[in-house]
Amino acid sequence: MAEYAEKRVCISGAGQSAVGRPSRKSALQLTLDACLAAIEDAGLTPGEIDGLTTYPGPVGEGGFSPVGATETMIALGLQPRWVGASTEGHAHMGAIFSAIQAIASGMCRHVLVFRTVAEASARMRARESSLMGGPGRSRATRGNAWAAPYNALSAGNIYALYAQAYFAKYGATSAQLGAIAVNGRNMAALNPNAIYREKITLDDYLASRFISTPLRLYDCDTHIDGSTAILLSHRDTARDMKRTPIEIEAMGMSIGGLGIGLHQGDFSSLPADKAGEMLWSRTDLRPKDLDVAQIYDGFSILTLLWLEALQICKRGEAAAFVEGGTRIGLTGDLPMNTSGGQLSAGRFHGYGHIFEACTQLWGRAGERQVPGAKLCAVANGGYGYGALLLKRG
Amino acid sequence: MSVPARQLPALDPDTAFYWQAGAQGQLQIARCTACRRYTHPPLPRCPSCGGQTAPEPVSGKGRVASFTINHQPWLPGLLVPYVFAAVALAEQEELYVLTNIIGCNPESVSIGMKLRVCFEPHGDVYLPMFQPDESHG
Repeated sequence: MAEYAEKRVCISGAGQSAVGRPSRKSALQLTLDACLAAIEDAGLTPGEIDGLTTYPGPVGEGGFSPVGATETMIALGLQPRWVGASTEGHAHMGAIFSAIQAIASGMCRHVLVFRTVAEASARMRARESSLMGGPGRSRATRGNAWAAPYNALSAGNIYALYAQAYFAKYGATSAQLGAIAVNGRNMAALNPNAIYREKITLDDYLASRFISTPLRLYDCDTHIDGSTAILLSHRDTARDMKRTPIEIEAMGMSIGGLGIGLHQGDFSSLPADKAGEMLWSRTDLRPKDLDVAQIYDGFSILTLLWLEALQICKRGEAAAFVEGGTRIGLTGDLPMNTSGGQLSAGRFHGYGHIFEACTQLWGRAGERQVPGAKLCAVANGGYGYGALLLKRG
Repeated sequence: MSVPARQLPALDPDTAFYWQAGAQGQLQIARCTACRRYTHPPLPRCPSCGGQTAPEPVSGKGRVASFTINHQPWLPGLLVPYVFAAVALAEQEELYVLTNIIGCNPESVSIGMKLRVCFEPHGDVYLPMFQPDESHG
């Protein structure tokens, strides 16, 4: 295997703030809670952090990304060599990829990556704050210009197009898709830091109202306030760590699709397919080797399409794979979204999935622990796509 | 309660024709002057061959590639349900426009349904919309 950048990098610590809907804490305080927890988790001190990045950096007035890397640097008293953030590229996972490159290039040894959301607070102030557009805003630009004028005001409207096309092409059903939401609640019931912990049944799912057909209320993730921090380190530093770091066995990335206004394909698969191909081209391991998977669920249909993009399921077979929930349950073939995911644990926006992967691989998932979990796939994103294969060292 | 106004698109040199050609009752799509391939959303340069693009009128006929019936009143007063769709234009495979399908019961919309363009004027913008049209082949 070639000497890929990610093979020089490991995850040395992970931290997450308490979840809130809304939180009484400020977004910056939540960020500091997560960052300090991750640094402590690795057994490092803030002075040893020489890189800091986030996705996407402070943007807009809403709660989508209220805290930037620079203010976090100041508040933590860090003096890193490199600070950065980018709204462009591979979305959620883009900051992780940047951190990997910073470490592999020799620029940094310990890079802290965080993601903070305060969308619950923002929606309390102005309910429409999380929409992609609407009256009273200036004219719609770039990708939004093609959707907002038609009152496609949520990403849910965009991904509903994928769901409808997938249902029509493969004969998938609401009862099959609903297994993802039900599984999320079952898992969240075992996660003390999940926002919705009351179990639901498939009948509850089928009785829930449509948001944008065929997507229902329970197919959409839950706005929260919270922050997650992941600490990436050079593998050469592993001996200094409190515990065996998690190896980044492989990474995969791609970008495209309706979410960025690129109208391609027949809407029954995601541009994430290329991320899956890249991921598996950089390792000798195979999907059958996975013990657990954290698959992005901003909307449940994304999980189905990611399962195929990651080659865990063949094309058109993901709906049958999740049906009934047995295979993706805690004792199933591939326990999936064991934190409850964004549907039930809350929209930590991709970083909840990375955090849960670490939690499982370090064996500290409590009641929801997958026994002996050694290999976990993580998939993030709905317009920029990123995947990681994480391995207990 | 009044119905909220649609958020109109910004008009820029590359895209304004798409939003304004409805004033002449036309749907126009960017087309490469070299390889003749259509590109939408419009771009000044053909991503296939690198040629220059220019707007050209198309038939306005197409089919539902995918759709969703939106039930969520995202804004106070927003009239629901409504249909948001990707329409595959007749001129070229995988040439899609995003739109609303109007002039029919939302529940009657299905993938493959035949459509024809129409326009909804909003000042300097003529939003291309689509309605059922069984007359074309």
